[in-house]
Amino acid sequence: MSTPTTSRPQRPTAPADPLVAYLVGLGDDALILAQRLGEWITRAPQIEEDIALGNIALDLLGQARVLLSHAGEVEGAGRDEDALAYLRDEREFRNVCLVEIPNGDFAVTMARQLVFSAYQYELWTALRNSTEPLLADLAAKAVKEVTYHRDHATQWVLRLGDGTDEGHRRMQAGLDRVWPYVAELFAADDVAAQLPGVAVDPPSLLAPWTAYVEDVVARATLTVPTPTWHSRGGRRGLHTEHLGHLLPEMQHLHRAHPGARW
Amino acid sequence: MTTAGSAPRTPHGWPLWEVFVRSRRGLSHQHVGSLHAPDGEMALRNARDVYTRRGEGVSLWVVPSAAIVASSPDEQDPFFDPALDKVYRHPTFYEVPEGVEHL
Amino acid sequence: MQVDVDTPPPVEEQQLRFDRMIADEVRIEPRDWMPEGYRRTLIRQIAQHAHSEIIGMQPEGNWITRAPSLRRKAILMAKVQDEAGHGLYLYSAAETLGVDREELLDLLHQGKQKYSSIFNYPTLTWADMGAIGWLVDGAAIMNQVPLCRCSYGPYGRAMVRICKEESFHQRQGFEILHTLSHGTPAQKAMAQDAVDRFWWPSLMMFGPPDSASTHSAQSTAWGIKRFGNDELRQRFVDMTVPQADVLGLRIPDPDLRWDEATGHYAFGAIDWDELDRIIRGDGPCNAQRMERRRTAHEEGAWVRDSADAYARKHAAAATTTSDAA
Ligand SMILES: [Fe+2]
Ligand SMILES: [Fe+2]
Repeated sequence: MSTPTTSRPQRPTAPADPLVAYLVGLGDDALILAQRLGEWITRAPQIEEDIALGNIALDLLGQARVLLSHAGEVEGAGRDEDALAYLRDEREFRNVCLVEIPNGDFAVTMARQLVFSAYQYELWTALRNSTEPLLADLAAKAVKEVTYHRDHATQWVLRLGDGTDEGHRRMQAGLDRVWPYVAELFAADDVAAQLPGVAVDPPSLLAPWTAYVEDVVARATLTVPTPTWHSRGGRRGLHTEHLGHLLPEMQHLHRAHPGARW
Repeated sequence: MTTAGSAPRTPHGWPLWEVFVRSRRGLSHQHVGSLHAPDGEMALRNARDVYTRRGEGVSLWVVPSAAIVASSPDEQDPFFDPALDKVYRHPTFYEVPEGVEHL
Repeated sequence: MQVDVDTPPPVEEQQLRFDRMIADEVRIEPRDWMPEGYRRTLIRQIAQHAHSEIIGMQPEGNWITRAPSLRRKAILMAKVQDEAGHGLYLYSAAETLGVDREELLDLLHQGKQKYSSIFNYPTLTWADMGAIGWLVDGAAIMNQVPLCRCSYGPYGRAMVRICKEESFHQRQGFEILHTLSHGTPAQKAMAQDAVDRFWWPSLMMFGPPDSASTHSAQSTAWGIKRFGNDELRQRFVDMTVPQADVLGLRIPDPDLRWDEATGHYAFGAIDWDELDRIIRGDGPCNAQRMERRRTAHEEGAWVRDSADAYARKHAAAATTTSDAA
């Protein structure tokens, strides 16, 4: 028997290079949400909405591909976007927990869209000034995309919240379902802290986000929830149990044929 | 983006909207089809997704289908024929002497 | 602007004018007089076509979450989204004939209108995305290109839009199969299996033989249908067989051979009983496809109602404001 070690076993989950870790975090957010939105296609309340959700998913998938590809290049270990998307396990994913929770009904999905797109709107707006050229370039494009995503979610939250009684009840329940995952988006992040000028400090996004979202919620005659618990740790690979079901579905085919081209 | 918000309801389902796309600057809006939406703002957003997925447009109009007043094909003769004999409205009506260009 | 006309011309005169327009290949437009049979035929055909696009999203939608690369995931998502758009273009064309999309969807949900039987086959492996793009979209394009010249204006225009978008669908399918057939042995086997399963159903997409087709003659006379089912099917076979060679995949038909005399490929007998069975509802996925469609519609009802209520509320509010001003 070997000498017992006194330090707790530590599984390396975060890439050593903070820039890689940062890019992977943002890329995973977009990838996992695109995956969730993809589940809606053929199930939307109206065919027009199948197309709208598809558009948003495609935008997010596009963002994810740029971010993960670049992360792979910076890392320099020969991993491309697919190696990062398909060959990492739960503990290596760095997305916030919000994006991995199940779709629920249309109200839950729209609540999540409002929260996330308003967050991404502030994020990409700020990243236009990143000193990392790729991030600044992507931000210029992404800010247009998320402007549309935020508007789409806003229109729906208004129509569900201020429509029928059932719509109102379900929309409020949708907000209640996702609000525990909000604080995590704005939590201070040690990876971002190591990248001044390149990354955005998440807490700095909270005030403009709050102003926008609270206005929408009020106009929709809804109430901003006050959750009793908060998710934390997605950026450190500590996820909800849901991610462990999403990933096998996404990854199994790719993994079943190691090294194959598609 | 400005929209008029309302359209007459259909007996079931959301009202129908006609969609017009300006494919690029310098061209007029062209009718491309229709879609259903609860109101003008949503109609405009749906039109973007349904009819301009490949960047086909720089500007969109949506109009409640019920707001369109159309001439009837039965009236085609009294309505449009009088224009047919006003050939002088068309440039090809005029003889241009040989050698004159850019007229 | 609306001009009052005292009395419409008598029906016989209208019919003559309609016949002349058809003979002169002049497009019929929504407000033209048209025989009731022409209108009904078009509604049935366009609706069935629209339903096929919408139900057709499901077999491919089945693989969006599992696509084996991010590039493939994006392409597949865009393709399935296109099919939704095609459905909408077609419902929009049908609505110019005086039916409501909601009515047509109700007929679909009640099983009173059909959609293409091809979508009642399951998509069992990733290679099925390739076979569907190559064969099913390929057959659809073959059927649809002549419809761009359909005598009914809105249908023809919808088909022009659709055909433009379809060209990428067939190519991406071919590319999937090409990559698989040049990949690992397991991938190649997967590709062959998909072609084995989708080949015959694709040939059935052109409909029964002309000798057994009930609506063909009248549709042809009306300028809705331009070519016979058998002629289009033959063209499809002639186009596809050489492509299979490029793919290095075998067409599952022992009777398939080049016929020097006719200048066409001769192919084996199609199992029409299978098609009949599936049209009657006894296909592997009929019940599943319909259930998904109905569930989406029913579970979306509260969303549509709420948006409707919001629109009424705010239209009323807008009227009140402008009255006050
Ligand atoms: Fe299509
Ligand atoms: Fe297609």
